[in-house]
Amino acid sequence: MSAQFKMPLSDSEVKELTAMAAKIRCDIVDTTAWAGGSHIGGALSQTDILTLLYFKYLRIDPANPEWDDRDRFILSKGHGGIGLAAVFANRGFYDHELLKTFGKTGSSLSMHMDASKVIGLDASTGSLGHGLPMAVGLALGARITKKSWLTYCLVGDGECHEGSIWEAAMAASHFKLNNLIAFVDRNGLCIDGATKDIMCLEPFAEKWTAFGWEVKVVNGHSFPELATALDVAIAHEEGPVVIIANTVKGKGVDFMENNPAWHYGALDSAKTVEAKNSIGGSSRE
Amino acid sequence: MSKASVEGFTWTLYDVDSMTPGEIYGQVICDLAELHPEIVALTADLGKSTKIGVMGKKYPGRFFNVGVAEQDLFGISAGLALAGLVPFVATFACFVSMRAVEFIRTDICYQNLNCKIIGSHAGTSFTTGGTTHHSTEDLAIMRSLANMTVIVPADGYEAANAVKASMNINGPVYIRINRGADPVVNESEDYAFEVGKAVEMHPGTDITIIVCGATVFPAVKAADVLKAEHGIAARVLNMHTIKPIDREAILAAIDDTHRILTVEDHNVIGGLGSTVADVIAESGRSCAFQKVGIPDTFGIMGGTEDIQHQYKMDTDGIVETALEIVGRDLN
Repeated sequence: MSAQFKMPLSDSEVKELTAMAAKIRCDIVDTTAWAGGSHIGGALSQTDILTLLYFKYLRIDPANPEWDDRDRFILSKGHGGIGLAAVFANRGFYDHELLKTFGKTGSSLSMHMDASKVIGLDASTGSLGHGLPMAVGLALGARITKKSWLTYCLVGDGECHEGSIWEAAMAASHFKLNNLIAFVDRNGLCIDGATKDIMCLEPFAEKWTAFGWEVKVVNGHSFPELATALDVAIAHEEGPVVIIANTVKGKGVDFMENNPAWHYGALDSAKTVEAKNSIGGSSRE
Repeated sequence: MSKASVEGFTWTLYDVDSMTPGEIYGQVICDLAELHPEIVALTADLGKSTKIGVMGKKYPGRFFNVGVAEQDLFGISAGLALAGLVPFVATFACFVSMRAVEFIRTDICYQNLNCKIIGSHAGTSFTTGGTTHHSTEDLAIMRSLANMTVIVPADGYEAANAVKASMNINGPVYIRINRGADPVVNESEDYAFEVGKAVEMHPGTDITIIVCGATVFPAVKAADVLKAEHGIAARVLNMHTIKPIDREAILAAIDDTHRILTVEDHNVIGGLGSTVADVIAESGRSCAFQKVGIPDTFGIMGGTEDIQHQYKMDTDGIVETALEIVGRDLN
């Protein structure tokens, strides 16, 4: 960071990102209704992080999704696939209509997405604890092949119960991977309840620090905070950076927020309208 | 050591009398790495034991030791493959197939990534290491993974051929080798090695003995004994590739010899014998059939010869079982 603080996003950018995130959240709600259910809670908590990455930071080309020099993104919390599917549709990787097929037999889009089928997807994920190790490999690969692209990875907080996340965390700092940036969607909930009750993760930031990462803790629903942390992370030269994004599971839909029952859920037509009205309301705030 | 040139590639013919299969495959990877800058090598704190550490000496920037972390080993390997590299990954076969299998299955096989996996110290070849370090389940597990090719070299020459052949396969390959110096069964690397094609090690029309890896050598000796002492002509097939299995060779064995014996350093459930049994059963043709291996138990701890004798995987045991099968009334 330079000594002179510079706002990472203009007011108009924040406004545009906020509107896009609301649109993506509405798409997640609609797609959940069409699919008959989804991991909607975590898809909504991660939305602002993905929106900022895909609409501001990632060097990608939807017209050339296999572009060799693109930045890579791995959704380690693979059950958030419905959220990423909505981001891809809005970013122009494929037509919005495809979302109506989500989870249907024969569709390319599914609960845990398959990179061989989904345009724009860099790795297949679903089983937890796999994405960050693959991201470490990608970052190592970029270094070996002298490529300048960056690897981004989004990890769930419940996913951090998996030992393989910490194996990868050790490796990333050991190999001094300054081309790897991880986010944790710290919504505080896993399937069976609060992470603090199921298996406590705290002191969470200190754990990452102890594993050799540069750690930033931000409000995961604030575009300026996320962007400021990202700018620091991209400029950081000594090793990997993790941005712990404090989020709200079910963010934007008032009856889902902070309710572990909405880890996975279905929506009838009335609830779909109610959910989208809630998102519309929150995005206008 | 001499040089030979095949298909434009010059490599060293390896001295199998002084090098273990592990040392040989490590050297082959180094030789291939000279031609293929996309090759990298990884291990999980077993660079010395698995011999892949030799890559670290020759190409330190292309060798990664991830510490005692097998899940991470294969996850990172998948990421490297996604970046366009070709990782050769080595650890003990028991850790490959059990400690880390979900990472191999989901990250590597599901995405059909170009990772070449070396499982060393396979079967009971860790001898006194005991059950925790024996690997008598790996063939059953690895062959059930879609997209995976499974190769079991019988000696150092075949390990060299398997590693080289793996570079021509666009997808994951599992190469199962043993701990130490296997008896040599091939005269050189220069023989008809082809993935998915069995090698006839001994001709015969009375019975076919199908083997892989550690059991090839005693089976060839057993065929000699059967011929010399009993007048029985035993065909010996080195089924070095478990997947894809050589169906044609098995069908020919049914038709020509009407008796098949499989011998493997693996649980009799799910490995070579089961793979052969699948082909026999689906063929609709009949033949006498017997599987020999670790009889659905955890293997004893002991020396190689003692373990092979215990489970009738040695020459005497193979002769004994073959005589029993030949003596069966096939009507």
